[in-house]
Amino acid sequence: MALAVGCRARPGKSRDNKTGSWRVFRPVFDNEKCSKCGLCQTVCPEGCIHETDEEFMEPDYTYCKGCGLCAEECPGGAIEMKQEEK
Amino acid sequence: MRELRIHGRGGQGSVTAAELIAVAAFEGGVYAQAFPAFGVERRGAPVQAFVRFDDKKIRKRSQVYEPDYIIVQDSTLIKDVNVFLGVKKGGIVIVNTEKAPDYKVPDGVKLITIDATNIALKTLGVPITNTTLMGAFAAASGEIKFAALENALKRRFKGEMGTKNIAAAKQAFDVVKGAA
Amino acid sequence: MMKITEGSHAVAEIVAFCRPQVVSAYPITPQTHIVEALAEMVADCKLDAEYITVENELSALSACIGASAAGSRVYSATTSQGLALMYEACFNAAGMRLPIIMSIANRAMGAPLSIWNDQQDSISLRDSGWLQFYAEDNQEATDLHVIAYKVAEDHSVLLPAMVCFDGFILSHTYEPVDMLSQEDVDKYLPKFNPYEKLDAADPISFGMYATPDYYHEFRYEIDNAVKRAGGVIKKAGKEFGTMFGRDYSSMTEEYRMEDADTAIVAMGSVCGTIKDAIDEMRASGKKVGLVRIRVFRPFPSGDIAKALSKAKRVAVLDKNISLGAKGATAIEVKDAMYGKATPILNYIIGLGGRDVRKRDIAAIVALAEKGEGDMFYGLRKEVL
Repeated sequence: MALAVGCRARPGKSRDNKTGSWRVFRPVFDNEKCSKCGLCQTVCPEGCIHETDEEFMEPDYTYCKGCGLCAEECPGGAIEMKQEEK
Repeated sequence: MRELRIHGRGGQGSVTAAELIAVAAFEGGVYAQAFPAFGVERRGAPVQAFVRFDDKKIRKRSQVYEPDYIIVQDSTLIKDVNVFLGVKKGGIVIVNTEKAPDYKVPDGVKLITIDATNIALKTLGVPITNTTLMGAFAAASGEIKFAALENALKRRFKGEMGTKNIAAAKQAFDVVKGAA
Repeated sequence: MMKITEGSHAVAEIVAFCRPQVVSAYPITPQTHIVEALAEMVADCKLDAEYITVENELSALSACIGASAAGSRVYSATTSQGLALMYEACFNAAGMRLPIIMSIANRAMGAPLSIWNDQQDSISLRDSGWLQFYAEDNQEATDLHVIAYKVAEDHSVLLPAMVCFDGFILSHTYEPVDMLSQEDVDKYLPKFNPYEKLDAADPISFGMYATPDYYHEFRYEIDNAVKRAGGVIKKAGKEFGTMFGRDYSSMTEEYRMEDADTAIVAMGSVCGTIKDAIDEMRASGKKVGLVRIRVFRPFPSGDIAKALSKAKRVAVLDKNISLGAKGATAIEVKDAMYGKATPILNYIIGLGGRDVRKRDIAAIVALAEKGEGDMFYGLRKEVL
């Protein structure tokens, strides 16, 4: 493919790049401990944590790369990083 | 090619004089080039501006070292600056002064003195002598026609300012013409 | 129409005729008169452009980058420290392939502070991917802006361009200029047709990051575009000549080179003085000629090598110095002449406004004849 003049690019590249495949540890959310503060959503570098209808938090595992920032920052200790089963 | 060097002090309008003389010369069908001696423009500091006249395109860009004409806007400069330096034989020096000269111009150079400050004060109400000396230069050198100078002044100074500046230039023009 | 006007005002007038839609600049001596005049035209509704006032030159060029990416024809002007402050944005403009035109009223670089002319400022940006034109007089300074827009906006080029003219020596000089009219410029310069532009309905990003797998190739493409511009400049310059009678089809100008023993190579306004000096030397039997470089980027190596092929010696005059090496032009001329036995001697002249006279040119030719060169010419030994 020829290079784009001036290194120009259309948006959507992050959507194409399914970073979920990088994950070694998976965040598992415990809704019993969740206070619905939303901090995990704020700190997520992939922006892949969404609110459910019940206002709990849920990661999109297609893009969650398992960095663990959400687990580190969660004030209630409601997120646990568990090794992916291979 | 003929060259003019104007000596003045910052604020006396030497650069404007050079520009307007060039504009007037151009109107008369002459190729003219005007530029300042690019210094630090401070009011009262000695400044220079230059004009070149030729029948063909002027390519030379250096400053003027051997002028055919010199205008000295303020005779107090003569003590500080060697204003007559390099003037050509047969050249003309115009000095704004009310006094009889206590200095000598080089041999073969014509000295014209004119009390431009007095003319400017009476006509314009301010001691800015550039336009007055332009009139004297037109009469002494013949490089520019008075009508062309009048047009140049009219375009630069609008309304009453224009009329007054033209009157000052005309008075000096007549004084120098009468003395010739 | 022939008229007598200040260089800066002639440039402002021709730029307005090029119909820029966005102007952003920060005033700096000796460029100020250009942007002052343009700001006045915009304020008086004589120029239908957005004039973006900014806090410094980096912002000025950044505003131009945004406006150009959004599909506008844009203009800026600066000099010296102002250009240095634009440094990173200069590379961005070229890398994003944006045809911004910027006037440079050439001035020395501080420290020590100097407001006077040399060409160190734009020469120091010779590696940035901008096309660089250098004018000898105010006629060229105006004409080259129109040509620069045409070349820069050509879809086979798409690069920014600097039109350089010597600060004060040209910018503050009143002299006759044959001004093109609005109709002339409209006839020659088509409306800006951006290759791609920012559009909220069809979003796109410019100058995205390139990994080591791609960056190398991106630079290769930019270099190709700069080189390709040479052909486009010649074509656009020829077309200009056909329309208006002033030919710019060559990136160099040869003056009395036909049988010259000593060839001078120089750029900018000093070439006028050099031509007068050559006429005098010729009258006294010295065979001297001049090769004037009008386009420094792309560098016309082939044209220069051809022009210098018969000279016995070459004196390259530089109003800049690549400290620790030589003048930039000399380095490039040596490269162009690689493998030839012709002595190439470099003279650094006129830095920081030092006046260059006809007698200096004659003295340099005498030095070249003796084989003495690669020096700062005319050093005042008494202050060293």
